[in-house]
Amino acid sequence: MAIFPPEQRIWWKEPLHGFELVWIGVCLVWAIVMFGTMIVWHVIGEQNLSNRAYRIDPDVFAERTEAMVTDYTVREEGDTGIPVVHPPAGSDIYLQASLWQWYPILELEKDKEYHLHLSSIDWQHGFSLQPTNINVQVHPGYELVMTLKPNRAGEFGVVCNEFCGIGHHNMLGRIYVVE
Amino acid sequence: MADATLFRTCPDTGLPVHLPAERLIKANAVAGVLALALGGFQGLLVALTRWPDVSLLPADWFYLILTGHGLNVLLFWIIFFEIAILYFASAILLKSRLWAPKLGWVGFGLMVVGSLMANYAVFQGDSSVMFTSYVPMQAHPLFYLGIILFAVGALAGCAVFFGTLVVAKDEKTYEGSIPLVTFGALTAAIIAVFTIASGAIILIPTLMWSLGLIGDIDPILYKVIWWAMGHSSQQINVAAHVAVWYCIAAMLLGAKPLSEKVSRMAFLLYILFLQLASAHHLLVEPGISSNWKIFNTSYALYLAVVGSMIHGLSVPGAIEAAQRRRGFTKGAFEWLRKAPWGNPAFAGMFTSLVYFGFLGGISGVVMGAEQLNLIMHNTIYVPGHFHATVVAGTTLAFMAITYLVVPLIWRREIMFPGLARWQPYVFGLGAAGISVFMMGAGTLGVSRRHWDINFTDAALSFSYPDTAFLMMALNGLSAVLAAIGGVMFIVIVVSSILFGKKRGADAAQTNPIIGVGGGEAVASYGSEGTLKLPGTMILVGIFFIAFFLYYWVNWKYLSEVWPLS
Repeated sequence: MAIFPPEQRIWWKEPLHGFELVWIGVCLVWAIVMFGTMIVWHVIGEQNLSNRAYRIDPDVFAERTEAMVTDYTVREEGDTGIPVVHPPAGSDIYLQASLWQWYPILELEKDKEYHLHLSSIDWQHGFSLQPTNINVQVHPGYELVMTLKPNRAGEFGVVCNEFCGIGHHNMLGRIYVVE
Repeated sequence: MADATLFRTCPDTGLPVHLPAERLIKANAVAGVLALALGGFQGLLVALTRWPDVSLLPADWFYLILTGHGLNVLLFWIIFFEIAILYFASAILLKSRLWAPKLGWVGFGLMVVGSLMANYAVFQGDSSVMFTSYVPMQAHPLFYLGIILFAVGALAGCAVFFGTLVVAKDEKTYEGSIPLVTFGALTAAIIAVFTIASGAIILIPTLMWSLGLIGDIDPILYKVIWWAMGHSSQQINVAAHVAVWYCIAAMLLGAKPLSEKVSRMAFLLYILFLQLASAHHLLVEPGISSNWKIFNTSYALYLAVVGSMIHGLSVPGAIEAAQRRRGFTKGAFEWLRKAPWGNPAFAGMFTSLVYFGFLGGISGVVMGAEQLNLIMHNTIYVPGHFHATVVAGTTLAFMAITYLVVPLIWRREIMFPGLARWQPYVFGLGAAGISVFMMGAGTLGVSRRHWDINFTDAALSFSYPDTAFLMMALNGLSAVLAAIGGVMFIVIVVSSILFGKKRGADAAQTNPIIGVGGGEAVASYGSEGTLKLPGTMILVGIFFIAFFLYYWVNWKYLSEVWPLS
């Protein structure tokens, strides 16, 4: 029994149950398949998180974000005062996380590529793009640069899904995708 | 040498029981159950707040209670109980005296002080930083200090366990190798040492930072090391509750591992690879390469997953073998149908096994695939996964063994046996519901740790799909069910300990705990090689198909989101 010492002192020489051996084989093959899938997806898959990241001073990131806002603001969102920015397709775009705002609102064109720079200027935040459902961690002092290609037009919410204090649930941004 | 006056002989098992060990087991188990009661109640409040139509607590209280919930159940309940298991698996199963019981009490004292201190810091209101306490968000220094003291106490408990292994070997209290259950406990203890060391490496500087002695702490570095504690502590649970599964199956049914070699090898895989799972929490972080992520998140080629899948066969396989030996040989499943489903220890153990494998295991592997994590990270899918592992898996297994601990260690009969019969099903169903519905909502993108998914006070607006709201409501209902099961457990255990009928010396015959035929009938068989186990084959076949399909479905989901590179 499992609560007593093994009956056979030399238990490591006991023969294996055939079925156990088969199962271990199945598990090992499945393990290799799952391991390989992650690698293969880097080659054939279209959804891989970028490995491009830099250390960045929060002030520098805020300046770059502001420069983009100055250049490409097309309107303000209702009476919220938040700028809606329509940067050229293929350009570098910035989304700044802070307590408790995503800044600014981005307006992108469908099926065009953008290089999105993500960083926080204070605490950690979570970039959760909904309803497409892309979730990326946002750190202060680190800038992640990923290439995005919106595949559907519409209005997308940017939820903060990393707890960031008492205003966390009000931290909601938006990305528009236009045809 | 051991002092004979410090032992009693257990009338049920015939094992000599070291009284100082027994007292420590009782103290740790009681502290654990109290933490479970508090943390479980907090969990109910959290779930009722996240039920959008109920929205029980105000925002500040929600985040405070959620922080306390994580600490009390994920850390304090589990580790107090695990220390009790370590003492049981060493002193009692090895028929030995416990090494340095005084150190055990010092450890226990530190754990009590630490858990009270951390709870005090949380209830003060300035430490609502969640269980994870990611920097640069800062808690009160007592929050970190409490966890550190608790961890040091737990480390002392591990030392007592290791010391007892040495004493037992030295005093030749057993022959040959240690029992499989003790081996599993040893696995848990080794992982615990790694876990606690990681915790110390990151929390001591964080404490100094909160006191203003250190300038700042890198947030990514913090996460890498914090999760070497945070995730590995859950791997202590896995090792411990797998040991508990083997233990209950052995005590009730006389189940013997199909092969000692395979089961021990599976535990060894845990020791070697489980700790890499810190990476599960870093799959969508900047500045960490895909190579690192792929290697570590898969526990180096999924070898720890292979370990779990092996236990997934050998635990039900051992039960089937034992049952077939006792004559339940009809068809593929007579052994399972005629299993003691009315015994809460068995019912809890077997449902824990099923929930852990099907819900917790599969979802964990899926979520831990590098790219799939993109559609799950920090959604409520994550708590859905770990409520399947820690609540429906570990907690249910620990509850199950409590139904054996109370009569064997406390020498009290279980009160309200009718209620106890149903308790594992009520709690298990509630816990499984919590897991499934949170995973469902998470698949739809709902964020974890979020007070208001209606975004009522936000400057902008966004609506999750209606189904997500339904899922959150069903999650709330499941939490109510689990809470009822939890209250049943606490009532049964506390009243049995305080007011239960004393278990007399003849109870071993009149009301046996150790299963009939548990000893004799199965003691003589050697290799199980000749035995056919069709039922277990079908079960693991179903498991594999479920795993296979669910895995690929999620890649399909991933392929539909915005292309990114």
